[in-house]
Formats: sequence, structure tokens, C-alpha cells
Amino acid sequence: MNGHGAHAPGATVEAESSADVFRRLADRPVDLLRFATAGSVDDGKSTLIGRLLYDSKQVLADQLAHVEQASRRKGEGVLDLSLLTDGLRAEREQGITIDVAYRYFATAQRRFIIADTPGHEQYTRNMVTGASTADLAIVLVDARKGVLAQSKRHAFISSLLGIPHVVVCVNKMDLVDFQEEVFNEIVEEFDAFAARLEMPDVTFIPISALLGDNVVDRSESMPWYQGPPLLYHLEHVHIASDRNLIDVRFPVQWVIRPPATIDADYRAYAGQVAGGIMRPGDEVVVLPGGQRTTIADIDSYDGPVEEAFPPMSVAVRLTDDIDVGRGSTIVRTHNQPTVANRFEALVCWMSEQPLQPGRRYLVKHTTRTAMVGKVDVRYRIDVESLRRDEEVDTLSLNDLARVHLELSSPLVFDSYRRNRVTGSLIMIDEATNDTVAAGVILDTEVEEAPAPARSGTERSPNVRWQGTRTTRERRREALGHIGATLWFTGLPGAGKSTVAAAVEERLLQMGRPAFMLDGDNLRHGLNGDLGFDEAARAENVRRTAHVARLLAESGTVALVSLVSPYAADRRNAASLHETDELEFFEVFVDAPLEVCEQRDPKGLYARARAGELAGMTGVGAPYEPPTAADLTLGSSGETVEEEVERVLDLLRERGVI
Amino acid sequence: MPATYHLPHLRTLEAEAIHVMRETVAEFERPVLLFSGGKDSIVLLRLAEKAFRPAPFPFPLMHVDTGHNFPEAIEYRDRRVAELGERLIVASVQESIDKGRVVEQTGPRASRNALQTVTLLDAISEHGFDAAFGGARRDEERARAKERILSFRDRFGQWEPQKQRPEVWSLYNGRIHKGEHARVFPISNWTELDVWQYIAEEELEVPSIYFAHDREVFARDGMLYAVSPLIEMMEDEAPFSARVRYRTVGDMSCTGAVESDAATLAEVVAEIAATEITERGQTRADDRVTEAAMEDRKRQGYF
Ligand SMILES: Nc1nc2c(ncn2[C@@H]2O[C@H](COP(=O)(O)OP(=O)(O)O)[C@@H](O)[C@H]2O)c(=O)[nH]1
Repeated sequence: MNGHGAHAPGATVEAESSADVFRRLADRPVDLLRFATAGSVDDGKSTLIGRLLYDSKQVLADQLAHVEQASRRKGEGVLDLSLLTDGLRAEREQGITIDVAYRYFATAQRRFIIADTPGHEQYTRNMVTGASTADLAIVLVDARKGVLAQSKRHAFISSLLGIPHVVVCVNKMDLVDFQEEVFNEIVEEFDAFAARLEMPDVTFIPISALLGDNVVDRSESMPWYQGPPLLYHLEHVHIASDRNLIDVRFPVQWVIRPPATIDADYRAYAGQVAGGIMRPGDEVVVLPGGQRTTIADIDSYDGPVEEAFPPMSVAVRLTDDIDVGRGSTIVRTHNQPTVANRFEALVCWMSEQPLQPGRRYLVKHTTRTAMVGKVDVRYRIDVESLRRDEEVDTLSLNDLARVHLELSSPLVFDSYRRNRVTGSLIMIDEATNDTVAAGVILDTEVEEAPAPARSGTERSPNVRWQGTRTTRERRREALGHIGATLWFTGLPGAGKSTVAAAVEERLLQMGRPAFMLDGDNLRHGLNGDLGFDEAARAENVRRTAHVARLLAESGTVALVSLVSPYAADRRNAASLHETDELEFFEVFVDAPLEVCEQRDPKGLYARARAGELAGMTGVGAPYEPPTAADLTLGSSGETVEEEVERVLDLLRERGVI
Repeated sequence: MPATYHLPHLRTLEAEAIHVMRETVAEFERPVLLFSGGKDSIVLLRLAEKAFRPAPFPFPLMHVDTGHNFPEAIEYRDRRVAELGERLIVASVQESIDKGRVVEQTGPRASRNALQTVTLLDAISEHGFDAAFGGARRDEERARAKERILSFRDRFGQWEPQKQRPEVWSLYNGRIHKGEHARVFPISNWTELDVWQYIAEEELEVPSIYFAHDREVFARDGMLYAVSPLIEMMEDEAPFSARVRYRTVGDMSCTGAVESDAATLAEVVAEIAATEITERGQTRADDRVTEAAMEDRKRQGYF
């Protein structure tokens, strides 16, 4: 049977028994490659697709009859293969392709879905549509014309949409006598432009779509070209590693809850895995709520699933009965996306109605929809020159622009570069319900980190932090200095408060505002409602971290003296500061347990040993020492004075004082 | 397989279709699934099971009954619905005719196919459905190749190819105004071969007319039609017996059979894999009338 395609005309079924054919089809681990084709009008895109289908024996007899009939009517001698891919009546009448059309073909290696995107002025919108799900883009360049503005546009959009593989087909080589120089020049020109873009994998192939050179079969006319023909490349390009199998992301679409008559206790969260590999037993967090739980089971109609990975559609059951619904995203505890309602995005405006400041828009992202509070157009990008135009405040059809979006409620997202599912969004006009824009989230300037809290309460989704970077800078100018947080951690009795208080005193002497936050003191007021179990300790740290951050932001040096035994809690405190670009120093006061116990200033160790105090750090509860503290004190027999000096040195070094 | 975390193409298509179904029920208030007893809608039912079991489907099923069905398809339909324990609504073209909503065509080429559109739209508005799942595929026909997975119909049930919403990534915009509805095609990206392969892999039962059987037929326009009281034969047409099977299960008056010996699923898959003529071109008279036939019917609100 023909190597390409299953539909070879003239191939007889008898050659292979039907059971054999069936088995061959069923056993073949065929995968799916989606590609988009881009080209300016008349570059030969339709001809190329027609050629791919025709030469790979995918054109069925009646379709061919239709093309022959239509070619005759148009009075053309040769078979016009472009007619194979030309769908709608208006298009046939006007001879242009209006909308994205999808084509299907298969070879023994792969199944292909072609998103055929047209090349007229609505091009950008259509290409974004067709390319959004593509693994690969074919960019057509007319050999006679070289790299035109349009070709650059196509390349830019491909890179914007993170299409992992790009093939530049230099077409109509027959019209330039199949000259190698022409091809090389175009390669060079294109490369020069592509170097300014993010394009992981670009391949160049010289072809003649009309004559079939290097499309399915190797060209006889271009012996100088050593690479494979286009179809071979499409069949073999490696796409398996394009998925994100690292970051577990599971946006919940729908809750499966049968009535009591079937199973009153069954409750599963249905969705499509957007990233990572999920397994029963995994500890997970449900965002944006922040509840921690464990995956009990992963269900499918076909039975339990041991490992779920993209793009599987499954249903997840959790061990705890917590509030999860459409719009929640299930992730691993140690690998969390961003939860925020402000972020930067690149958008393509797709509506004939321009962006209007007063209009109400919605954003749909994974399975959440939020109101848009504000859209700030930062700049528009001229896709040919890659220049930024900052003098714009509106967007019209086919514009590409960087915007700052502020939403009424937070999204759970990654940058598009990291994950095409959790990094993409559409904008909808609330009045017309039209989809007006498509956007990709950028990984810069995220203004709020997830700051996961053990207690699960580190969320203030609907209230945005009002202090901005500019006011911080103004404050700094006015005060002449910045604040910072010094976080003293260590066992009870290690000497944290002693050192912290001494540093506070020295700073005040220098005329610098400093303020000590003592764990015990805070437990009298702000944290008076908290106990000493793991969750309460996490919450204690979280609140203290927030107070410290506010102090630091106000220009004060906050000195936190807190046992804070868990590394994760301290890490969260640190990231809270990092998000706002505030200085945070972890100071480990590392006195041996015996020493602390001997000092026992508050009699705690004695009570713990006497069994009066459960969960005392160092006795009945663990202490996780820092592994990368900014400063470690207490172990080398220094005096308090010397230790204070070392802390001050650190602050000098980092430009705080 | 899990070692490489690789999903075969059919399972990828399946996962995407399930995603579309779940998005639809989440974003619309009153969906319905159009079930004809044909192979595409049989696949839809299995996908619905995969998407929503162990719960009942969050939508009823609906069949637009032309009254000119293959009895095998109706028998299968009722059995399958009972097996699933789901609710079936039957919208009847005969009733539309009796109520004077449509006028029955007459003559040898009479077909109720076109009348279905009115019955369908009436039923959609009567029940207040805002989304209807259909089993259409983009490989069937040139106009379908450009249709969205979530395809909007205006207040009159009409499709405007120029005004389709952009459909990017797998972000479906399910917002509509009152009175409008959406047709949802979860298996848009499947080919006929995919459908058969899936039916085989899932071991789904299909109506017996999909397999080779002996039938009294007559030839017209290069197609074979079943001899039945529903179609008037013309003078020059003569019945004969042939071994045939159907590739689609539509209205008897416009669905033709193909000569075939494929009597099992494996044989059908093998036959499709080797076929040289598209499904619609081979067996659907309704697409042949004009070059833009399907597009015209779609604009009016056809499936
Ligand atoms: N000589 C030559 N003509 C070509 C080639 N590819 C396409 N054409 C012609 O270029 C014109 C435009 O092609 P078409 O496929 O409709 O372009 P599209 O607008 O990109 O889809 C048609 O007349 C084609 O026959 C080629 O490789 N060589």
C-alpha cells in the first residue's frame, strides 16, 4: 500500500484482509499534529494545501470531480488545486478565502489538522485564530518577492502565539529557475528578522506548490537542497516535548454530583488537565481559595486513572469535603501559579468595534470569567518593524498591543510562555457578547505572587493593594531611605529577641525608624486568637509577615523575632516582600538546643519537659532550620555586640543603611 | 504508554470533545443533544457518558423525526435511550406538516429533509433550548470546514458565516442573547474514519443498516435508494436486489446506500480506510442539488 495516506486510489482492499487493515489502524500509535498555514494572497497557500492533500492521496474522487468541473468552468488548463480548499460561496465568488478553514488528512505516521488561514487584510485575526492551537506554522514566502512585510507579520504572530515549530516554505521556486542563491538570500533575510523574535525551531524548504517539488516528493530540480520534503518534515517533527508535564494545573469545569438515588456521596471535579502529571495521593491546593487537600481518585468512564496528563479529560475526587467549583484550579502545593487580578498581556484586537474606555468587557480565562475593571494600553506593536507606538489609547481590528489588565476578581494563571492553556485569555464585549480580543499573559511585572499560606487564608482576591510602585518611590525620596524586614528565626530561648532589640536600639540611635515585632507580644493582640498547632503557627507567621511588609514599605526597618519553625512559612514571608521588591533578610539565630534549654528565660522548656506544654518547638514539635539564611548568628560564641555589628554590616552591604 | 505520556490521536480528540461538552453545560442554561440514531450521534452519546457519568446527562436528547426513517434506526434509537435511562424528546416533522408550519413536497424527488429545519427550530424555541449538540464534522463538506465548534444562530436560527466569533485556543465564548442559540459540534475535528475507529474501539452498537445486507433498491443519479412506499419511483427506474450498506442514516427519501460486503465493524473500518469517495458525495442527494447546497441550508438553520 502507498506509503502516504490510506486512500490510495486503485489500492485494493484485497491486498490486505479487512481484519489486517483494522488491526493496523487500531494498533498504530498515531499522534496528532496541528498546523496553521500563513501566506499573503497569491503566495500559493491554497495550492500548497491542495498539493499536500492531492499528492498524499487524500483527495477523494468526488472532491476531485468537483475541482475538475470548477477548473473547467474557470477556463484554466491545469488542475487548480487551490479549489480543493476553497469553501464558502462568497469566497468562490470573490476568489478569496474569508475565514479559517480546517482540513484533515492522515499518513501512516500522523493525523494532521490544518488550520488554513486566509491572507487578506483581516489576516492577523484569522491567523491568531488558526494558530492558537497549532504545533507548527507554515509560513509561505513567494521566491520572487522575498521576505515581505506580510511574511514578517506571520513570523511575529507565530512567535507571539508560542508555536513551537515554524517551517518557512519558499514557494514558486519554478519561477526563479530553482536557483539556490534566491533561496539562500531569503533564508538569510528571514533569519535576520527572526533573530529578534523568540522562535525555537525554524526550518526552510524550497518548494513549488504548483508542480509539487519538495512538497510530498523530493524535487528533481533542486539537487542542491539536502533537507527533506515538507510532508516528511511534518511527519517527523518532534512535538511530544512541547507539552508542559511539570506544573500540575487542573481547571475545574464542572462538578459531577449524581442524585442520591445513584450515589449520594459521589462528588468529582471534571476538567481537562492543562499541565503536569496528576496522581492519586498528590497533595494539592485549590486556588484561588487556597484550601489544601489530597487527590483521592482520578476517575474516568473507563475506570480509575493512575496518571492524568495533558490533554486528558478526567474527573478528580478529593479527600476533603471543601468548596470547589467551576473556576477553581487544582495545583500541587509546592508548585503554584499566580493568583492575581492585575497583569500584563499581549492582545490581538479582533473586533471591528474598537476598544472603548467606557465599555464593559469580560475576560474568560480557563474556566473563569471576570469583569474587566480597567484596560491600559501600554503600546501598540508594529509587527513589521517591531517598533512600539506608545501614543495610543485605543485598539482597532488586527492591532497587536501590550496592555495592563485589571479585573474585578483574580485569575489563576501562568505566563503563556510557560503554559498555553493557563496563559491565554479572550475578551468579550458584555453588550454584544462578541469575542473582541485574544490575549497571552506575560511573565513580567506580576504584581501579586500567590504567597501560599498553610492556613489557606492568604487570599484577598477582590481587594487590590492600592500602594503602587510610584508612591513607594515618592516615599523613598521624601524620607531619604528605604525600609526592610529582618526576620529572626530560631528555637525559643536562642536569643532572637535580645539581638533584635539591640539592633532596633542602634538603628534608632542612627535616626532610622525601626520597630520590633516580637512573636510573644503579637500573640497578645493581633494574634491573640491563635494556638500553636501547625496551621495556627502558619497563620501567626503570615499575619506577622504582613505587618512587617507594611512597616518596611512605610520606610521602617521591621525586626521580627519569631520562632517560625517551618521553612515554608518563612519562604512565604520572604516572597511576600519580594513581590513588592522589598528587602527581606532571614537571620538564623542558631543556638544549640541544650543552650536554649539551659537559658530557658520563660521557663518553657521546663514546662514542656514536665509534659505541661504540648507541641513546644524543639521538644514536642520540629524546627526546620534555614538552609540559605542571609546571616547565621549564635553558634560561634560571639557577643551580642558583635552579632549586632554583623547585622548592621549586612544592612550596609545591601544599601538599607 | 504512560512512560512517554503520549495520548493517541483518537483519545486526544475524545478528550477535546468531552471538554467541549462540559464547557457547554457549564455556560448554557438549557442544552439538548440531537440524537438521530446515526453513527455520529451514537459517538456523541458515548462522549456524554464519558463527560458526565455516574450522574445523569445534564440535558435531554432530541430526535427530529421526519417520519421517513429507517425502522432499524428508530428501533435502535429507542433501545439505546432506554439503556441509558435518559429522556428523549421526539420532534415530529409530520406534526409540523399537520399544523401547517411546512408544506410537504410531492413527486418522485419529494423529501422531508428540508422540512426538518423548521421542526428543529420550532422545537428549540418551544423547549427554550439555548444550545444543541450536533454530530456534524468539518470533514463532511466544504462549508462545514469553516464552521466553529460553538456555532451561533440568531433569533431566526440562522447562521452567518461572515459573522462567526473567533474561536481561539479552547476558550469557548458561550454568551448569547435571549432567543439566540448555539449549535455545538464536539466532534468537529473527527473524520469519518475516526468515528468508525472509535465505534470499534468502544465496541458501540450501531443500527444494522450500517452493515452489509440484501435490500431491494433502485438506481438514481448514480446512487442506490431503498425501495419503499416513501419514494416514488420514476418510469425508467427499476428495482433490483443488491448487497448494500448505508454510510449515513438520514431521511429515507434522500439517503442512498452503497454496495458493500462489509458486515462487521472491522470490515467497515477497512472499507472506509480504502474508500475513494466522501461520505456526503456518495450518499446524500441533498448536497448535490447545487454546489453551495449545504451552505444554503446551514444559513437557514439546518443541523
Ligand atoms: N509558478 C507557480 N505558481 C504557483 C505556485 N504556487 C501557487 N502558484 C500560483 O499562484 C496563484 C495563487 O495561488 P493560491 O494558492 O490561490 O494562493 P493563496 O492566495 O495563497 O491561497 C495561483 O495562480 C497558483 O496557481 C508555484 O509553486 N509556482
